[in-house]
Amino acid sequence: MSNELRTARLTEPRMVRWAITVVALAFVALFLVLPLVAVFAEAFAKGLDAYRTAIIEPDAVAALELTLLAAGVAVPLNVLFGVAAGWAIGKFQFRGRHLLLTLIDLPFAVSPVIAGLVFVLLFGRRGWLGPWMIDHGLQVVFATPGIILATIFVSFPFVAREVIPIMEAVGTEEEEAARVLGAGGLQLFFRVTLPNIKWGLLYGVILANARAMGEFGAVSVVSGHIRGLTNTLPLHVEILYNEYNAQAAFAVASLLGCLAIVTLILKAIVETRVERSARAAAHAAIEVRPWESKSAV
Amino acid sequence: MTIRAQRRVLPGFGLTMGITVLYLSLIVLIPLATLPARTMTMSWVQFRDTIMDPRVVASYRLSLGASLAAAAVNAVFGALVAWVLARYSFPGRRIVDALIDLPFALPTAVAGIVLTTLYAPTGWLGAPLANYGVSVAFTPLGVTVALIFIGLPFVVRTLQPVIEDLDPEVEEAATSLGASRAGVLLRIILPNLFPAWLTGFALAFARAVGEYGSVVFISGNMPMRTEISPLLIVTKLEQYDYAGATAIAVVMLAIAFVLLLAINGLQAWARRRVAP
Amino acid sequence: MGIEVRGLTKTFGSFVALRDVSLNVASGELYALLGPSGSGKTTLLRIIAGLETADSGSVILEGEDATERNPRERRVGFVFQHYALFRHMSVFENVAFGLRVRPRSRRPEDAEIKRRVKDLLELVQLDFMADRRPSELSGGQRQRVALARALAVEPKVLLLDEPFGALDARVRQELRRWLRRLHDDIHLTSVFVTHDQEEALELADRVAVMNHGVIEQDGTPDDVVERPATPFVISFLGTVNIFHGRVEDGRGIFGPLDVEYPVHGDSQPRTAAAYTRPHEFDVSRTETGSGLWAVLENVTASGAMVRLELAGAHGGLLHAELGRDQFERLGVKPGDRLYVTPRKVRVFVE
Repeated sequence: MSNELRTARLTEPRMVRWAITVVALAFVALFLVLPLVAVFAEAFAKGLDAYRTAIIEPDAVAALELTLLAAGVAVPLNVLFGVAAGWAIGKFQFRGRHLLLTLIDLPFAVSPVIAGLVFVLLFGRRGWLGPWMIDHGLQVVFATPGIILATIFVSFPFVAREVIPIMEAVGTEEEEAARVLGAGGLQLFFRVTLPNIKWGLLYGVILANARAMGEFGAVSVVSGHIRGLTNTLPLHVEILYNEYNAQAAFAVASLLGCLAIVTLILKAIVETRVERSARAAAHAAIEVRPWESKSAV
Repeated sequence: MTIRAQRRVLPGFGLTMGITVLYLSLIVLIPLATLPARTMTMSWVQFRDTIMDPRVVASYRLSLGASLAAAAVNAVFGALVAWVLARYSFPGRRIVDALIDLPFALPTAVAGIVLTTLYAPTGWLGAPLANYGVSVAFTPLGVTVALIFIGLPFVVRTLQPVIEDLDPEVEEAATSLGASRAGVLLRIILPNLFPAWLTGFALAFARAVGEYGSVVFISGNMPMRTEISPLLIVTKLEQYDYAGATAIAVVMLAIAFVLLLAINGLQAWARRRVAP
Repeated sequence: MGIEVRGLTKTFGSFVALRDVSLNVASGELYALLGPSGSGKTTLLRIIAGLETADSGSVILEGEDATERNPRERRVGFVFQHYALFRHMSVFENVAFGLRVRPRSRRPEDAEIKRRVKDLLELVQLDFMADRRPSELSGGQRQRVALARALAVEPKVLLLDEPFGALDARVRQELRRWLRRLHDDIHLTSVFVTHDQEEALELADRVAVMNHGVIEQDGTPDDVVERPATPFVISFLGTVNIFHGRVEDGRGIFGPLDVEYPVHGDSQPRTAAAYTRPHEFDVSRTETGSGLWAVLENVTASGAMVRLELAGAHGGLLHAELGRDQFERLGVKPGDRLYVTPRKVRVFVE
């Protein structure tokens, strides 16, 4: 299973290998590398000064702040949820587990535009709660709260999906042992469980954050595109681009491009640790429950 | 003999279950519930007219057609990429491996504008292609290109672990029995990869159908020609036609639901074939 | 005092793990729960610890009804089959854990914790490994850390789930002797679960033989070996030869064997089986009248004993065991006819 064994394996003739590699790499270069490079090339197309101007422009800064705020609220909340769901689903048996897992995956199946739509239907002027909101002077849609809600929705499953399998794989023996030794609930979690899931948790946070900061479709529907007020960074990019201010658009986009690169790097680093710890956990936690296997050793 | 209520050994089930269900309901279930609720307020005629409107139907054709084409392209090239990453070594392999996730990490709006710029008649790629009479930007072809970008990781990441887990001894056995390399590939390896391959294809397809940000710039949004369904939802919303937007959304969700079932089925099938 | 268990029943779905099980463990005793997998022994242990809840019945620890208490409150020490060490903590921190998580009022000072952990690690002969991680330890070492960790909280009772199950044969033997010595030192009421009868008989003061959720017999190792109460007990504890037949009119007739069975007085014949252990046979070249003829098929030398496989006239395979000298005096080889007489026969009526 390890990559180091590859050289000892049977493989295709050299020419074939070479040809396939060239085709694959060309595909990757065309579809992945080129666009990434182009983002930065276009950003600096008019020189360093133009770049700097676009970045520090007040509306751009406001957009950055809103993006950071939305992610800063959405990700921690989703971490709390992910950990709670991981504990409930990963450490206990109950009916409806499978259904719960499917429901948690729902935001993945839903187009981002629909994600925004439902919040408009809920809080918009003609939505369910709309009139009540207006009466109380609360603005959700076309305002920051709506953007935050939509961001929470789209980044919802990421942490849970990483944490739940790890909690399951680690099993319950260490927690049971800690319990018999007298540990209370929070002690259990912070001293025993958390160290075992920390890499998976971090991985989920990286993914959730990338999604939260980069979300476009859902936020676009909910925001109303009010410059300087309800624009996140991706929305600001759209506005600039639609105004034919391509260079500024790319300048702002390059910030998001940097975010993407940092995300990829962190992801790669953490991924190996997650794999390692999950595999170690699965090896160590060989439990046999009587109702699962009647012919056990 | 009365059965005693079972006590759970580990604490916190009630609390964490409560948080989970509450949060899930508030953030996901209740908002999603507005869709069927709003649909109920429409008459069947109203609903049917909205979703069968020629412009809307054209958008289905585009969204589904382009998604299918893109997923197919990704199935072919993604498989090659997955094979190369899993089996071969070359300088920079780890960087390429990390790069595969770029469509996940890069905000869709950024992808949208950069692809448009690249393939526009004045773009790095658009210009040479125009010489051959091929226009990509603002055509269905452009939509397909954007969807290829979006769907690439799905095929690669679904295939990669399966390829890595292939048992080398099976290949060695086949070779020792006289199979050529091509024979081994065709008879031994491909059948093993097929379920995962199909799953990756389905995932790429499902993602592409609902995609908005990366597509909406390069498509040009010409009615009846290059409008994708998500765009029509946005258009209707801007006109305060909540009902119309909901109707189209419901159709899209139905398609997504069918795809999800298919994917789950495929994944179960794949697991059954691999499990001893 | 000690541990008392009354009428425990436990079902998992449709699988009955324990059926109305009761037993008594005296204070300071080392008690074994012995049985094949699925017999319910681990379930019983976990119920005593509070890690499972019985459907009905009660658990009394040191005179106090602990049935409703959760594992935290029961003050039992539990050693898991796969150790369940905290893999991200050092050996020292693993052992100190139970002391560190105590509420402030009962928590010892840091220096005191250090002292206690050090003493325990010395007791299990691992004080030089205090800073290592569990992954750096061998199986036997991990088991000792798990034991030290359980003892750190000064439990009233020590419970061990297949403590040596995951170790290789030699380590198992060493640890067995070591555990016995430890128990003799600290005299803590202890119950351990095992499927290895050699282990149970060698270590325990008393043994409960379990099968399909019931206790077939409980007594000293001598009791269960020499005076087995049921066919299962005698079959489980070592090789045994079984002769099928019937009892009637005060006699037991099992193929070629005919023994007195005064217990069964009335004339109604009942199906029964007779059990004899390999070392309870007399083997000779001449007929004595109360045995059967058999042909020697196979001879295996095993240390100071020699094991014989014989094909009996009644059609079955017989296992006999002789001392080396005895065998050599016989001077036989495979193919020879031998007369086999059981010195001792236990009859169980069905």
